Amino acid sequence: MRRTVGALLRKELLVELRTLESVPGMSLFAVTTFVVFHFALNRSSVEGDLGAGILWVTLLFAAILGANRLFVADADQGGFDGFLLAPVDRSAMMIAKVLTMLAYLVVLEIVAVPAFAILLLGPPLGPALPELIAVLALGDVGIAVIGTLVGALAVQTRARDLLGPLLALPLLVPIVIGGARATAPLLAFSHASDAPARWLLTLGLYDLIFGLIAYALFDFLLED
Amino acid sequence: MYGKGLRSLSIVTVAAMALALSLVFFYAPLEAEQGFLQKIFYVHVPLAIVALCGFVVGALFAIAHLRTRDSRWDMRSYVVIHMSLIFAVAALITGSIWAKGSWGHWWVWNEPTLVSFLIVFLLYATYQPLRFAIEDPERQSRYASVFAITAGAFVPMNFIAVRLSTAYLHPRVLGGTSNLPGSMRLTFMVSLVAIALLFTTMCKYELTAKHTRAQVRALRRRLIGEDGTPAPRARTAVPSMSARPAARTGL
Repeated sequence: MRRTVGALLRKELLVELRTLESVPGMSLFAVTTFVVFHFALNRSSVEGDLGAGILWVTLLFAAILGANRLFVADADQGGFDGFLLAPVDRSAMMIAKVLTMLAYLVVLEIVAVPAFAILLLGPPLGPALPELIAVLALGDVGIAVIGTLVGALAVQTRARDLLGPLLALPLLVPIVIGGARATAPLLAFSHASDAPARWLLTLGLYDLIFGLIAYALFDFLLED
Repeated sequence: MYGKGLRSLSIVTVAAMALALSLVFFYAPLEAEQGFLQKIFYVHVPLAIVALCGFVVGALFAIAHLRTRDSRWDMRSYVVIHMSLIFAVAALITGSIWAKGSWGHWWVWNEPTLVSFLIVFLLYATYQPLRFAIEDPERQSRYASVFAITAGAFVPMNFIAVRLSTAYLHPRVLGGTSNLPGSMRLTFMVSLVAIALLFTTMCKYELTAKHTRAQVRALRRRLIGEDGTPAPRARTAVPSMSARPAARTGL
């Protein structure tokens, strides 16, 4: 199982490195969205609630962009068929895809969070960074799991670019609630309070439950 | 088989609805603070409860479908979710009216039940487009079941998350039926039963109609003599239902 996941993950990352189809697009999208927010809100700096909201909405939409493309190559170029012919556990593909999506998100945030700090954020990012990383990591797991499940659902439909975001957004609302609420005090000028533990707990529980659901259901999306 | 008991069920439903409405209007006392407006509670809350239960039941049927691969479970799941969506729209509208009446706004964001209900509704609103976008009937039913289970599990989680995020404002009638005066509680319970019966009856009607249509189609095909080659299926979100056994014996 571990070897299969490793092989699949290596293949995914190799394909992404050679084609550069998803991650550069996601990162560019995020930076552009910050610019759009600057003009749409007519603000040169944001903080607190507003800052957390902008950061999470941008990351979310960029992630949906990536999730939509996650299975396209497998569906169009026979990746699913090849995988199904191999005598390996099918859950391996789900785990590998979640890890791939997680890697995409980490790269996206390495670009987007500094860009956000430079372009829009009022208070300095430095003191809040360790906690922000923890919140983002918890959020990323949930986004990766839901993105994988929804990507696999949507890729076989006719209107895949439309259905993916439509399915993903409501499912991601609890992550936005937890993520934005936990981030808001970190981005405030008076950086006094920590990220409230209950939001971290909510995010963690949501990740766990959706991870189990995706793990249980993913097999049914593969058999053909 | 599908139409069995439909008549008696309909009669019971009509009677229960009549009883519930007469209790609401003539028996239940006026609430001190909100007056007549509060009576919408006897419609709104049962609608919402029944719709949410319907979503969860749809998920259970979907689990049964994935386990047994019996297309009838898929059809039941589809019908229940379809009907729940309609009830959810009704619950949203009545909730909105209630919010306008008691707080002066059509939409209140710090009302967790209303907000989570909207999110659940938006998620389930993609159920039909998802089905519609998958042509292969077998894959359509399988994917729809995966969606139904995911969404069914999402319902309670979403309610917890949204409730955590807002200060509590809802008139606490739902959680604390025990502190309602007896006459109000009785009226509420009767309304709940009546709406649940309405839901069941309408689901049964839809199932019967779908089944009958499939049977008619199969019979017509046999009559024309194209038995071996089923006609190409038009694009549809409705689960396919083979009515073969009934059609064979029927002729």
